[in-house]
Amino acid sequence: MRLEVLYILWLRQLKRYIRSRARIIGSLGQPILFLVALGFGFGPIFEQAGGGNYIQFLAPGVIAMSILFTAMFSGIEVIWDRQFGFLKETLVAPVSRLDIMIGRTLGGATVSVIQGIIVLGITLIVGFRPTHLLLLPVSLGFMILIGVFFTALGTAIASKLQDMQGFQLIMNFLIMPTFFLSGALFPLEGLPGALSIITKLNPLAYGVDGLRGTLINQSHLGISTDFIVMGVLTAIVLWIGTYLFSKIEA
Amino acid sequence: MIKVHNLTKKFGKLVAVNDISFNVNKGEIFAFLGPNGAGKSTTIKILTTLLHPTSGTVTLDGHDAVHHPDEVRRSFGIVFQDPSVDDELTAWENMEFHGVLYGMPTKVRRERIDQLLTFVELSDRKDSLVKEFSGGMKRRLEIARGLLHHPKVIFLDEPTLGLDPQTRNHMWSYLKNLNQQEGTTVFFTTHYMEEADRVADKVAVIDHGKIVAQGTTDEIKQQAGVDNLEEAFIKLTGHAIRTEEVGAVDRLRAQSQMWRGRRK
Repeated sequence: MRLEVLYILWLRQLKRYIRSRARIIGSLGQPILFLVALGFGFGPIFEQAGGGNYIQFLAPGVIAMSILFTAMFSGIEVIWDRQFGFLKETLVAPVSRLDIMIGRTLGGATVSVIQGIIVLGITLIVGFRPTHLLLLPVSLGFMILIGVFFTALGTAIASKLQDMQGFQLIMNFLIMPTFFLSGALFPLEGLPGALSIITKLNPLAYGVDGLRGTLINQSHLGISTDFIVMGVLTAIVLWIGTYLFSKIEA
Repeated sequence: MIKVHNLTKKFGKLVAVNDISFNVNKGEIFAFLGPNGAGKSTTIKILTTLLHPTSGTVTLDGHDAVHHPDEVRRSFGIVFQDPSVDDELTAWENMEFHGVLYGMPTKVRRERIDQLLTFVELSDRKDSLVKEFSGGMKRRLEIARGLLHHPKVIFLDEPTLGLDPQTRNHMWSYLKNLNQQEGTTVFFTTHYMEEADRVADKVAVIDHGKIVAQGTTDEIKQQAGVDNLEEAFIKLTGHAIRTEEVGAVDRLRAQSQMWRGRRK
């Protein structure tokens, strides 16, 4: 493994992100809409049902959402690199596929965590108040795990796709269900049996729960369980992603 | 320098390259000619380690392309048929990225980047984003990038497509110079027969995955019994116009053109 190679691949992702201001601003629209429309819209009902302040509950979920979307898109960018030919430039270079995959993933994860931190800033403006400031570094840890997991997942999927035809499929059958069934919007307690099983199998559920546990001390599964599950899943998906990426033929 | 021995590549039932063999000596300028869909690009992809052969062997500079891909990768530079620079980076950043991937020491890398950008007359635009560049400028940048790590072989897949005569001349005079001064082997494909006739020492003509003729340009003309390469080419490969299947990437390109509009 060559660190300078990882660094230049990471730097490239970061530069591309910082230069696309339209993309940064555009991708903030969705979390703001969720916070304002759902946060204030469902707030009174949530409170009447005894759930407490809905903005407090929702904010960690929306932060996780923005990381999920940014990370998946960063991973899927491999398809664009393939289209615009840049992928070939990296594939003919004397660099291992593992380095390319890791460098890209770190870059994508960094970008998605930055996005998550910006959204955290916005939630503070809307009225979110983290209760556990000391646990903030652990929250950051969860954000990084979510970012790495979904960037690697996106890269793995993109390694098998030739063009954007399958993208709609991924959006509707993977990204959206992952988000809606993660407990980002509603508590996971007392769900019907089948739904409860699905949420248990959803990696993002552990990320959201961990974020909520560290930010507002409301964890359903326990912070350490969340951390271990996310950590192990991230390692597995990185391994699968590297394997699939190494099989890419241009 | 390049040895191809009984190379075959199949995609499912389609035989793209059918048992071809040829050698390119060190310091030669070699033109690889053939109609669309004849197997040129597939062969280049195998030579540059992007595809694995179904059977047969390929060696570059003494290294086997399947078993020692990294040694092979270090020994060649390539200018692809389609642009492969990153539009969102500057010209300089594209060069820097390349130099780091090839493990060049910082000082040598920076000096050589300056040299090459000056040579392709892009040094005053080195901090501009590549997406602001015209097609010819991008091509020049790709050539500079392909030469950055001092490759022993440079592959050029239709390098002069869409370039004006000035840029074309400039490019070839540099490549010939490089070939003479440093002994860099040049392997290129083109559809312009007069170009192949003018610059190539040796030529191979491929059609339907088979090599139908190879040798010096004079030998090819003699073999076909005509006095120019274009006629020889048509005599060897026939008059029928070839169709190529539209690949996924082409479809994607068309889509993105619709979305973005500004890309050429």
